[in-house]
Amino acid sequence: MPPIPLRVADLVKHFGSLTALDGVSLELSEGEILGLLGPNGAGKTTLVRAIAGRVIPEAGSVSLFGVAAAPGDSGSRQKLGWVPQEIALYPLLSVRENLQSFGRFHGLLGPDLDAAIDEALHWSGLADRAGDRTKNLSGGMKRRLNMAAGVIHRPALILMDEPTVGVDPQSREKIYAMIEELRRGGVSIIYTTHYMEEAERLCDRIAIIDRGKIIADGSRDELLRSTIGLERELTVDCGSAIPEPVRTLLSARGATVEGQRVRLPVRDTRREMEALLQLLDAEKIAVDDLSFRKPNLEAVFLHLTGRGLRE
Amino acid sequence: MIFHVIRNSAMNLRRDRAALVLTFVLPIAFFSIFAGVFGARGDSRTPRIRLIVVDEDRSDHSAALVAALGKESGLNVMKETADKRAPVTAYDRASAEAAVKAGRAPVAIVIPKGFGESAFAFSSTNRPRMLLLADSSDPIAPQMVTGLLQKVAMTSSPTTMAEAGIGEVDRWSGGLTAEQKGRLAAGLDRMRRDSAAGTGSAVSGALIEVDVRDILGESKKAPLIAFYAAGTGVMFLLFSASSAGGTLLEESESGTLDRLLSTRVTMTTLLLGKLLFLTIVGVVQLTVMFLWGAAVFGLELFSHLGGFYVVTIATALAASAFGLLLASVCRTRAQLGALSTLVILIISALGGSMFPRFLMPEAVQRFSLIAFNSWALEGYLKVFWREEPTARLWPEVAVLVGTAILFTFIARRVARKWEIT
Repeated sequence: MPPIPLRVADLVKHFGSLTALDGVSLELSEGEILGLLGPNGAGKTTLVRAIAGRVIPEAGSVSLFGVAAAPGDSGSRQKLGWVPQEIALYPLLSVRENLQSFGRFHGLLGPDLDAAIDEALHWSGLADRAGDRTKNLSGGMKRRLNMAAGVIHRPALILMDEPTVGVDPQSREKIYAMIEELRRGGVSIIYTTHYMEEAERLCDRIAIIDRGKIIADGSRDELLRSTIGLERELTVDCGSAIPEPVRTLLSARGATVEGQRVRLPVRDTRREMEALLQLLDAEKIAVDDLSFRKPNLEAVFLHLTGRGLRE
Repeated sequence: MIFHVIRNSAMNLRRDRAALVLTFVLPIAFFSIFAGVFGARGDSRTPRIRLIVVDEDRSDHSAALVAALGKESGLNVMKETADKRAPVTAYDRASAEAAVKAGRAPVAIVIPKGFGESAFAFSSTNRPRMLLLADSSDPIAPQMVTGLLQKVAMTSSPTTMAEAGIGEVDRWSGGLTAEQKGRLAAGLDRMRRDSAAGTGSAVSGALIEVDVRDILGESKKAPLIAFYAAGTGVMFLLFSASSAGGTLLEESESGTLDRLLSTRVTMTTLLLGKLLFLTIVGVVQLTVMFLWGAAVFGLELFSHLGGFYVVTIATALAASAFGLLLASVCRTRAQLGALSTLVILIISALGGSMFPRFLMPEAVQRFSLIAFNSWALEGYLKVFWREEPTARLWPEVAVLVGTAILFTFIARRVARKWEIT
């Protein structure tokens, strides 16, 4: 049985009085994409940098493919690729020259390097811009090149730190397609984001991180089931105050009432919606607005922390 | 509204340390350096000129002249060799010339044999011709020594001069009467007493003829161009090295440094790579500068290529390490800009890029050796001016290479801050 690509055990890191990592542990299987979901400042980047060997944890350990990887030890990280959050490229060099440089720094030479550059250009969709200076690329193209520079040496495990920050929807789709291609190639990926849509779409498993701790870990459905359930939520905004007897009736049906707003988890959408509207009609309570919401990770995060992901 | 603009600008200036340093600290630091160089901290006297004296005459007159020169406050008279490795001997013509060539003194005078006998002969054919060996890189010292020589000649032997004058009058006027001779003798006695008491007055007039020989510049087409090329070249090399060293800060800010260090590149490899690259750029920069000097100003580069490259490589290496050190101790480009301007202008002033070191007061000259660039300029001086063999450049090369090693070592230690957090 091949060694597990990544095992992180009990990482602790402080920056002054700030606790960035508070005993973080996780594992990543071969070919798996693990989403690290959390708000800004939750500790995602510190965790990624600790795995990349760029942060010295005060406690805990990182092992890559069964080998302990000490901080700053690049030798044990040959199979690791890192796509940092910043556009860490040489702006005056061309696209190809940037890939050449990072390929060489990763130890590639000669035909191997040329093949890796061609592959990276094709993968990132930048083949027709290979000769352009990096500073002249669009934001989305720079992001793609940033990713290509991180995987030029064909690593088996890739750390991607918010690779879609500040990217327009079209470029984002292209980046998703690039990641899907990596998935098909059997690469293991740690993907940090604070966009729950990305985590839901791309990741096999999601670890929710908040204040340096992983507070939930599992597939999307496992996280929903263990927190808010898989039901949709019906929200009704009423046009007048809801009398106490009606509140009692609604609560008995499993609804929550906040002021003039009623929330009700629903499985049989049509039947339960009609029943609720009939009840309100019978009590002469007008309905101003009505909406459905699929259960999502945002709601899971809200449920777990009492705060929104983007707060 | 103008007031708000002023207030806003003032708030920004207050928080911009680099700008504050450039605005207030740099001018004061610079002023202090120049005051030290030119004014010797409030003492406005001209720095003492080192003067080698060779007394070939060994007469009473020559001894009196040498003694009088020694009393001149503007001169530091050296009669004997001061080489610690060899026994002390009186300077002769050859050793004095060698000493001036080696830069131990800017001027030497040779009092020729027969000076005492015909010291103040009024006939121009019999006048003693003193030889002044000069290093014309110092334009002031030979002129001052020539002037002082005339003064000293008259004040050291006024009675001898008067006796010679009386002799000439007696000879050409058909003879003096006994009474006239008696009065003149009484006057001479009074002069001797005044001279002994130090109350005599000096008489001006060029009575000693001096042959000046520029022993360093006489064979050169464009003697001083090498000075300017070295001074300017080294100063701008320091600026370009510190600016290029700033790429480290740019890489840190952009994240490429972090990314690099996550590859197989280590911090030591990175710093050594940058050091060698900056050195190559520095060598090319100085080569271009000197080639321009050769093409346009007649600098004699091609006859000194060996020495030039020895000094240039050592200088570029030290300047590159200096640039990396400055960059590594700074956190931002703005900090680096302020610090490098401050340090480079100060060491350039001290090291002789703006004002030749040999014209500075001796104490400042000695102190200025702490500026490593002064060794670079001294190296170029040896190559182009003193035309010393390449092997004689070892002290300058040793100091420059040693400085480069030390600076690189410190930069490597300081660069730990970028390695991991």
